[in-house]
Amino acid sequence: MDFNYLSWIIFLPAVGAILIAFIPRLSPKKIKSLAAIFTFVPLALSIYLFTIFDRSSGAIQFEETLSWIPAINANYHLGVDGLSLPLVVLMALLGFLVVLISWKVDLRPREYFAWLLLLETSILGVFCSLDLLLFFLFWEIEVIPMYFLISIWGTGRKEYSAIKYVVYTLFGSAMMLAGILSLYFTTGSLNMVEIAQGGLGMVQMVMPATAIFFLLLVGFAVKLPVFPLHTWLPDAHTDAPTAVSVVLAGALLKMGGYGMIRVCVSFFPAVAQQYALLLIILAVISILYGAAVTLRQTDLKRLIAYSSISHMGYVLLGIFALGQVSMVGAGLQMFSHGIITGLLFAMAGLVMHNAGERNLNKLGGLARQMPIIVVVFSVAGVASLGLPTTSGFAAEFLVFVGSFSSSVVAGMQVYTILGVLGIVITAGYILWMLQRVFYGQPLKQFAKAKDADILERVYMFVFVAVIMGVGIYPAVLTDVIKAGIAPVMGLLGG
Amino acid sequence: MLNFGLIIPELTLAATAIIVILLDLFIQRKGVLAVVGIVGVVVAAGFAIAMWGGSSQLIFNDMLVVDNFAVFFKLLFLVIVALVMLASTDYVSKLSRFQGEYYALVLLSALGMMLMAATSELISIYIALELTSISLYALVGFLKDPKSTEASLKYLLLGAVASAVLLFGMALVFGFTGQTQLGEIARSIQGMSLSGVMSSPGLILGMVLMIAGFGFKIAAVPFHMWVPDVYEGAPTPITAYLSVASKAAGFAVILRIFYSAFGLPSWLSLDWGLVFAVLAAIGMTLGNIIALPQTNIKRMLGYSSIAQAGYLMVGLAVVGIASAADVVGRSALLFFLASYALTNLGAFTAIIAISNKVNSDLIKDYAGMGRRAPLLALALTLCLISLIGMPPAAGFMAKFYIFSGAVQHDLLWLVIIAVINSVISAYYYLRVVKVMWTGKPASAAKVPSSGALRVALGLSCLGVLFLGIVPGFAMKLAEMAAKMFGF
Repeated sequence: MDFNYLSWIIFLPAVGAILIAFIPRLSPKKIKSLAAIFTFVPLALSIYLFTIFDRSSGAIQFEETLSWIPAINANYHLGVDGLSLPLVVLMALLGFLVVLISWKVDLRPREYFAWLLLLETSILGVFCSLDLLLFFLFWEIEVIPMYFLISIWGTGRKEYSAIKYVVYTLFGSAMMLAGILSLYFTTGSLNMVEIAQGGLGMVQMVMPATAIFFLLLVGFAVKLPVFPLHTWLPDAHTDAPTAVSVVLAGALLKMGGYGMIRVCVSFFPAVAQQYALLLIILAVISILYGAAVTLRQTDLKRLIAYSSISHMGYVLLGIFALGQVSMVGAGLQMFSHGIITGLLFAMAGLVMHNAGERNLNKLGGLARQMPIIVVVFSVAGVASLGLPTTSGFAAEFLVFVGSFSSSVVAGMQVYTILGVLGIVITAGYILWMLQRVFYGQPLKQFAKAKDADILERVYMFVFVAVIMGVGIYPAVLTDVIKAGIAPVMGLLGG
Repeated sequence: MLNFGLIIPELTLAATAIIVILLDLFIQRKGVLAVVGIVGVVVAAGFAIAMWGGSSQLIFNDMLVVDNFAVFFKLLFLVIVALVMLASTDYVSKLSRFQGEYYALVLLSALGMMLMAATSELISIYIALELTSISLYALVGFLKDPKSTEASLKYLLLGAVASAVLLFGMALVFGFTGQTQLGEIARSIQGMSLSGVMSSPGLILGMVLMIAGFGFKIAAVPFHMWVPDVYEGAPTPITAYLSVASKAAGFAVILRIFYSAFGLPSWLSLDWGLVFAVLAAIGMTLGNIIALPQTNIKRMLGYSSIAQAGYLMVGLAVVGIASAADVVGRSALLFFLASYALTNLGAFTAIIAISNKVNSDLIKDYAGMGRRAPLLALALTLCLISLIGMPPAAGFMAKFYIFSGAVQHDLLWLVIIAVINSVISAYYYLRVVKVMWTGKPASAAKVPSSGALRVALGLSCLGVLFLGIVPGFAMKLAEMAAKMFGF
């Protein structure tokens, strides 16, 4: 492998960010074009990687290793397997689409696009890193652009939401840092592949494996988020600008799910099995509680934000059912939710922008003014509630089939059925939301509301195409994810 | 043995200080003084670099020691003093008198610090410490306005008390070991039996008093009372200087004394290791919590420096608990000091540039700086992020390194306290960031900054990024310095 695909994919957006920040006298138009170029190339590269990826192999591919800090045995070590590759593609895709979504941002565009591109670099870095220190480094960097993006370009109580996000995330990552350090001295290595394969106990334990497991888990659980660590999410999503909500829900939350599989389950399979019950119960609570709270929301963005909590509950359920099918389902759900919720947020942003209103009680009858938006929003909605032929169906179906047949804890079927109830509630809030926004009597204050313009139609089409494509032929992703899950299953002894 | 060849950096610095004072009498363009001073510092640094890697030796009847550890600190102080002088030029050019004295005092205090890092004998440690302190007392009061004078007086009085405590501690140690040379003290203590040491609590008391005396220098709780007032009242470049150089010198001496003289037997080092662990926990918690409500940025950074001293003491605790051959604690401490020095200097340089224009140190007056001076604001943001300990800045690597040593030696409880403290600290550091980037600017006027300030700020920020992204080289140097203790 001569060409370092992953490094290029990760750092091109950062290069774009630096150019945008420091080239003097750029017009807003030029800034946006630069941002589009520096996100499109990584997208193209990542799709190319996806096509040449060897689907029959569970090994790490496109590996790059470079000695970084010899004093603590840290390496610049990148690589993807079937688990991370779909997420890299997801982030690269969203990274490009959010530039299009942000095309109408005119407030301090130079800083805005610089931070947005930096955010993309850090998230891509998390998915590609195979060295714990590098992983943590990217994990932490992501907080800074996020803080700026929410607190400057957000709406409502943006500064409060931004700092709340930062404090929650830093709390989680502080625990994670303690976990990583303990792990480092337990195993003497920062290499994620090596730790997973070698198992623990290479050297003597600094502390019980269970404690390390939970230190790390807290960091990931804040991000996913898992009840009761979820309260930053509605605030951050609601007050963030549209494009940032898309990245936040679409790719950032997945860092949590990805970390749980890559670190928690792979490093501590025995502990994961032992505490699966606890996490499955938390998953069911997240699903039902998240869905129930969603039902009560009157703010369009807040509603979608809460629905994420419920949908991430499926991911948690799939992971800790610890079966092959359920984990593949969790992986697919992460991808699918990224696209679906990304589209939902983009549509919500469009409705807010064009109608100037986000309160569900005051919206209504927009179907007449926005014929295209209503169709696309509905497609995203039914995908979210898991209608067949959409990616949401394939993902949730796999999660439930997998966890129903799992025997990791007694009474798994009961928990699964409770989880399935979440879908019913989802159908309720999604359809009710669509009804309140688009149907009913046309209101005269919205008489002049516009429909999507040509650029917006382009990105809508991409989103819908991916949702339907994966829904109709899920094997395009599940084959890859299965290859990534296989080694984890091997560690679990299944 | 007299060997002037091995103290050439110190001699160069002393000569530079004298030249600056003399030159001040004859020339009208005082800007030249800064240039002369910086040239002298660079020459001294050149000599110091040439001494890197040489074998350790004791000189001047075993009073001074030349080893990598000392050279590391000498270089650190020289870098700091060069950046401080660069950052001072604007400030000093506004003074009507005593410009030469200002630079000379800065150089002399740096000389004292360089000696502090290189002494191996209690009395010369004390003399070097006083050379540093007396220069600093004068510098803190240099503005001669009420606040500055009050700060200077407070610093002088409390500093004198601390010196007295330290001297008493040294006297007790001398009384029970009969030695002032650190190596001899170590031999004398190792010759005592456990019951012998226990039956002479004076020795332990001496150690405790020395911790108290040096605790004042490094702003460790509970000897931190002077910090906020002095930081607020002193000229800002001197605040920067105090917050990094004085602290680094304190840590250099503590490391030298406690590791060399009290490092063995291991139950003794375990004891003072735990003392530092507790001081660290209290220091960072208190510093961070009191920093939360501050409205003056210099005061806020004062409390922040108390908290940072807490993180640094985690390193001291590791040194105490680890076996003598284990180098992690010491090298992590050195790396942390270097990255902290660059970070804080960068932050203060940005503050100097901003307060030149807005004439205020209140955080609320930084509103809209992101638009009035984007590069300054960006630099200050980077430094604050480094102080939180977030990548890609140096502070992250420093914390990672120092905490990794602590986890290795069963201090996980301390690390958990420390990482939670980092979260608390994010709140007040980010408040400044928030005001700068989201606040409404009081006026649209740009904030200009002089070339010297820009150079100082640029160098600090590059250093912060360099240590944060490719720390391997600096860690290697720190490790070499930590390995090469004189004896």
